[in-house]
Amino acid sequence: MIALFFRDLKLSVRAGGGAMIGVLFFMTVVAVIPFGVGPDLNLLARIGPAILWIGALLAALLGLDRLFQAEREDGSLDLLLMQETPLLLTVFVKCAAHWAATGLPLVIASPFLGLFMNMDERAIGATMLTLLGGTPAITLIGAVGAAVAVALPRGGLLVSILVLPLAIPVLIFGVSATYAAVEDPAPFLPPFMILMAITLFFAVIGPVAAAAALRHSAD
Amino acid sequence: MSENSMAIRKLGDLANPTRFLALAERVLPWFAALSALFLSVGLWLSFTTEGDYQQGETVRIMYVHVPAAWLSMMCYTVMAVSALGTLVWRHPLADVSARAAAPIGAAFTFLALVTGSLWGKPMWGTWWVWDARLTSVFVLFLMYLGLIALNRAMEDPSRSARVSAVLVLVGFVNIPIIKFSVEWWNTLHQPASVMRLDGPTIDPEFLRPLLVMAIGFTLLFFTLHIAAMRNEVWRRRVTSLRRQAARNAGRETLAP
Amino acid sequence: MRLLAEGLSARRGEDLIFHDISFVLAAGEALVVTGPNGSGKSTLLRVLAGLLGAESGRIHLEGGPPGFEHPHELSHYLGHRNAMKRELTVEENLSFWQRFLGDSPGGAGIALDAAAEAVGLAGITHLPFGYLSAGQQRRMAMAKLLVAYRPIWLLDEPTAALDAGADRLFAGLVATHLDRGGIVIAATHQPLGIERTKALQMTGFVH
Repeated sequence: MIALFFRDLKLSVRAGGGAMIGVLFFMTVVAVIPFGVGPDLNLLARIGPAILWIGALLAALLGLDRLFQAEREDGSLDLLLMQETPLLLTVFVKCAAHWAATGLPLVIASPFLGLFMNMDERAIGATMLTLLGGTPAITLIGAVGAAVAVALPRGGLLVSILVLPLAIPVLIFGVSATYAAVEDPAPFLPPFMILMAITLFFAVIGPVAAAAALRHSAD
Repeated sequence: MSENSMAIRKLGDLANPTRFLALAERVLPWFAALSALFLSVGLWLSFTTEGDYQQGETVRIMYVHVPAAWLSMMCYTVMAVSALGTLVWRHPLADVSARAAAPIGAAFTFLALVTGSLWGKPMWGTWWVWDARLTSVFVLFLMYLGLIALNRAMEDPSRSARVSAVLVLVGFVNIPIIKFSVEWWNTLHQPASVMRLDGPTIDPEFLRPLLVMAIGFTLLFFTLHIAAMRNEVWRRRVTSLRRQAARNAGRETLAP
Repeated sequence: MRLLAEGLSARRGEDLIFHDISFVLAAGEALVVTGPNGSGKSTLLRVLAGLLGAESGRIHLEGGPPGFEHPHELSHYLGHRNAMKRELTVEENLSFWQRFLGDSPGGAGIALDAAAEAVGLAGITHLPFGYLSAGQQRRMAMAKLLVAYRPIWLLDEPTAALDAGADRLFAGLVATHLDRGGIVIAATHQPLGIERTKALQMTGFVH
């Protein structure tokens, strides 16, 4: 299983891998927002956390469609399915590797983009913390979509369409926890706890559903 | 017409990678030594000249920031010329040059952004403002990163050369448009809170280290660029050797 | 150890691909599945590999190691595609499968270099898999069968991209595996060139 984790990590940083593309997409999306809303620093500081979250959500979905499709195309998926090791463990490890290669860089890049958004230290810290807690959930939900769409010839867009509505709760609680940390009256912990609960919930549901979808997509 | 093609063929001969490697071997130490000399003199000057009465010590950041910003643009010009070389003259080294320049350009642009940001914090009270100039440089940085990602995504350099050359040229044509539109956008929205740096004409006291640093940085760019081109030529040779090795492997053991 | 298939039939979508196939293979025996295109050779192998559910019938092991419910957990499957990543080197690919697959009880996989040697491609394991020619890639995919031990090999058109020399080399690998008490089921057009084979002729349905 550790071997699988490191193989996927290697694949995503090698040429053509998605790790760098995700961060680049994140930066570009966030950088484009001020052109739309104008360079008012106060406004940007206010909407900054939300923009970072939306950018991270879109960027996290970017490479997801390849999660199982690449394995299917070269036949590796067959071998992964055949083993006695439970498939949901395999799926979970693949998600973990995918998150480490694409989700974690987003979390690391978020403070720099926070500076562009003129956010203060507190808001940046809160955004980073909520992203750290929330992006794994996006990957795990996305794995279900990727598994469902694995056999489709043009699954890429479909995965995003399938997954985005499912990821709305993550966005809601991620953003509200961040704002709660910045604006005083609202407490930070309740929404953050709910966010963590969602992540843990999908850590169980995601692999189970994805494994079931993969089993039935085999032909 | 025939004369023309003759000349081009000769130019192509000159650009033969082996000859380039020999040339690079000879000029690299000189470039490296010169840029080290200029940079050390420039740094010494930057730290010994007086601070500005308004900006204080932070003015010294400018001695790194301005040359870096200047190089971020020059590097893109080098890439655009190389792209033209790839598309029009099919120069074998042009693609190598464009490919090698992209990470260097990105590094200088990044340096310009970081130093600008460091300067902006004490002067403006914020790390970043969406000022027209800063924004254009940031867009340039994103373009560099996009080009690097494109170069990395394509396995076969001979095929990717044309494609990325087209993108470089489109970007080059676009830069004035981006610059113009960003300025227009910015004057529309420009909040009053942001101070502008429109100091008086530069004092020679500041100009001297700035010039020396600019020359040093330019030399540094050429040193890095030639070295990176050499590495790229070597990298391609290694790749073709490895492909050769793959083709030859297992022939003798299986000969009937 | 014996592998038994009883009254297997399979569908793909609405179409019945084959019907009522039974065979018994003892340790050291090979089954060569032949037949025209579309007769269901690949489908049969995928059913045996557990990748497709059988419409009816069952597959089971007699005298296998305890704790394994399905024969496919003790099988190598070499499909049309090689299950190797172009971006990684041959060595990274093989060592990943070696560590991921692990050895089945009753045997041990051989070292990577020895496996590359066995398929006649020693010395190029440091190259990215994508650099190799189609035939070399196929041979490296066969090296994958050697690095982790599995008593049962399911091979789908194993020699499709291979020249005559590599064909013989592959027949040697299969013979060695059989000598050690392995079981081989291969769908192929060409004869494998080994003795002790049973034959299964798939005809497909004539409509």
